[in-house]
Amino acid sequence: MAKGIGIDRRTLLWMYETMVTIRRFEEQCKREADAGKLSGMHSSVGQEAVPTGICAHLRTDDYVLGNHRSHHHCIAKGVDINEMMAELLGKVTGTNRGKGGTMHIADIGKGMLGANGVVGSNIPVTTGAALSAKLKGEDTVSVVFFGDGASGQGALHESMNLAGIWKLGVIFVCENNRYAEATPFEYSVAGGSIAARAAGYGFPGVRADGQDVLEMYEVAGEAVRRARAGEGPTLIEAQTYRYLGHFGADNPLLYRSEEEEARYRAKDCIAGLSAHILEEGVAGEAELSAIDERALAAVTAASRFADESAFPEDRELFADVYNDYASGRFTRHAESGA
Amino acid sequence: MSETRENLRALTFTQAVNEALRQEMERDGTVFIMGEDVAGGAGRADFEDAWGGPFRLTKGLIGEFGPDRVRDTPISEAGFIGAGVGAAATGMRPIVDLMFVGFFGVCGDQIMNNAAKMHYMFGGKVGVPLTIMTSIGAGTNSAAQHSETLYSIFAHFPGLKCVCPSGPYSAKGLHIAAIRDDDPVIVFNHALLMGRRGANVERDDVYGLHVPEDPYVLPIGKSLVAREGADVTLIGTGYTTLVCCEAAAQLAEQGYSAEVVDLLSISPLDEETILESVMKTRKVVIVDEDYPRCSVASDLSALVAEEAFDYLDAPPKRVTAPHTPVPYSQPLEALYLPNRERVVSAALSVLA
Repeated sequence: MAKGIGIDRRTLLWMYETMVTIRRFEEQCKREADAGKLSGMHSSVGQEAVPTGICAHLRTDDYVLGNHRSHHHCIAKGVDINEMMAELLGKVTGTNRGKGGTMHIADIGKGMLGANGVVGSNIPVTTGAALSAKLKGEDTVSVVFFGDGASGQGALHESMNLAGIWKLGVIFVCENNRYAEATPFEYSVAGGSIAARAAGYGFPGVRADGQDVLEMYEVAGEAVRRARAGEGPTLIEAQTYRYLGHFGADNPLLYRSEEEEARYRAKDCIAGLSAHILEEGVAGEAELSAIDERALAAVTAASRFADESAFPEDRELFADVYNDYASGRFTRHAESGA
Repeated sequence: MSETRENLRALTFTQAVNEALRQEMERDGTVFIMGEDVAGGAGRADFEDAWGGPFRLTKGLIGEFGPDRVRDTPISEAGFIGAGVGAAATGMRPIVDLMFVGFFGVCGDQIMNNAAKMHYMFGGKVGVPLTIMTSIGAGTNSAAQHSETLYSIFAHFPGLKCVCPSGPYSAKGLHIAAIRDDDPVIVFNHALLMGRRGANVERDDVYGLHVPEDPYVLPIGKSLVAREGADVTLIGTGYTTLVCCEAAAQLAEQGYSAEVVDLLSISPLDEETILESVMKTRKVVIVDEDYPRCSVASDLSALVAEEAFDYLDAPPKRVTAPHTPVPYSQPLEALYLPNRERVVSAALSVLA
């Protein structure tokens, strides 16, 4: 059966709208950054298909954990983009009340258990979320997204071992975007395949085209089925590409060529799905344009919401360090402004 | 309630911790234990509970609660302590065992970047009710990597709570408090205390032999006065509280009345109890087995100097380990540890 055949119209259009929303959101973030309103931003443009194809299978009570480049994970998991943009601008209406910012967006009510700025750090935490589900007898799935750069971290290997021996419902998703900051994949990953490493831990490792959301959807479907059925973890290595630099001010042409960039942009995930939808007659041009406009309007509204929101009050500095923060000499210093 | 000698219930530190863990697991189905050889012989029915924990703190629990809740792990601290964080953030109350505190080096990221920060960084919307038990302390002839104290490193991080029991009574009360706390708590159990019973046959409180059977909580963030006195304050933590009590007894023979404050909670810090004692006695000796630089001892010294300077008759005095790794050879290790003689000598120097 050809790829994408058998996926219902609602799912296809949800995936299209999700990917377009991510891209418009990231473009807006760049404008906000250029205006000096946010910093430290790692753009996910180019990688939209990876979390979209996976989250299409997830329920609200399934968990997603991300990394430093995680806006696309959050949007695909259903986090409110108004609250996300407010968070990026450090506003009290943000997902994290302005305490986290771009690298730490979390919304546990939506199953987004947090992005994480330390490479590889969230992988053991995801294993723990899956262990929770097992101990509680639930069939929820826990998904962690990380990059090729994290594949060399011990935390991944320790977690794959634990998930393997305990048959946990974890999906390890490596977004192999070819570069760990400025270091190429070919240099840093021994053996040349991240997916192949799963075999050492006794569970499937699958390499998929991360620029093709239909392929991602298909691969994820089997991984989610395994996890829910208690058959254990899956490692997915999604071959993808970040169109922009590692972070806002990074010029990727310092370490990769324009030809290479053009080659990946030619396989753009949004263009690919759009072509499929039109060719298969799932929807027409007008319907897709309407979705494009709706996504742009939502992102524009998110930007306005963030702008109009207030910054946290000074007392928020001390809120939520502990559940019961006893005042001491260091809080007194700040309270008195001394 | 006063206990008579007839119903005195003397437990070792290890037995008291074991009882705390058992009672909390019975009370709350979300509590489970995870670590290296917390049972031992994993997966082999005929060897189940081979160890019961490297210090026997978890002995017998697997028989009652099974391998799901008394879960042996591979030697994989980043993996299972990180998993503890994730389980805590998703509705469980895990207790994870970090065999020796020095092993934090392979899992520090999970403790310092995730456990400590998630609640704050996520705007208070995710809690991490995680308990980490770890063993500390020199005096066991185990050399530099298995003898450290290091609680100052963890106390440095906002978001972590750090407690250090000084005997069986406080061990039980602080473990129960840690498990019930909604924040991540690290309990530092000194190797030299774990086989011991309570300090004092005569007393029927925290510093006596008696450990009540019913569960109880010692509040985290509170220090206790282990011995009342008027002339000098000795502050101890865990094992050094015993050293302070021994020093106080010797000082009494020389006609000085020393008060001993048992810190119990390293973070949060009970500034009130410490300052109240120091303002009363006007002299303080801080006794700490940790490395002396950037330490709990230096923090307490700063507290007293900043908040009680006008009350002091002498500068705060510290008795600590030297700024060296822990040596192996027994004569050197004996030289390394704070002991009664050094505390008495320090006290006499501020009393002079």
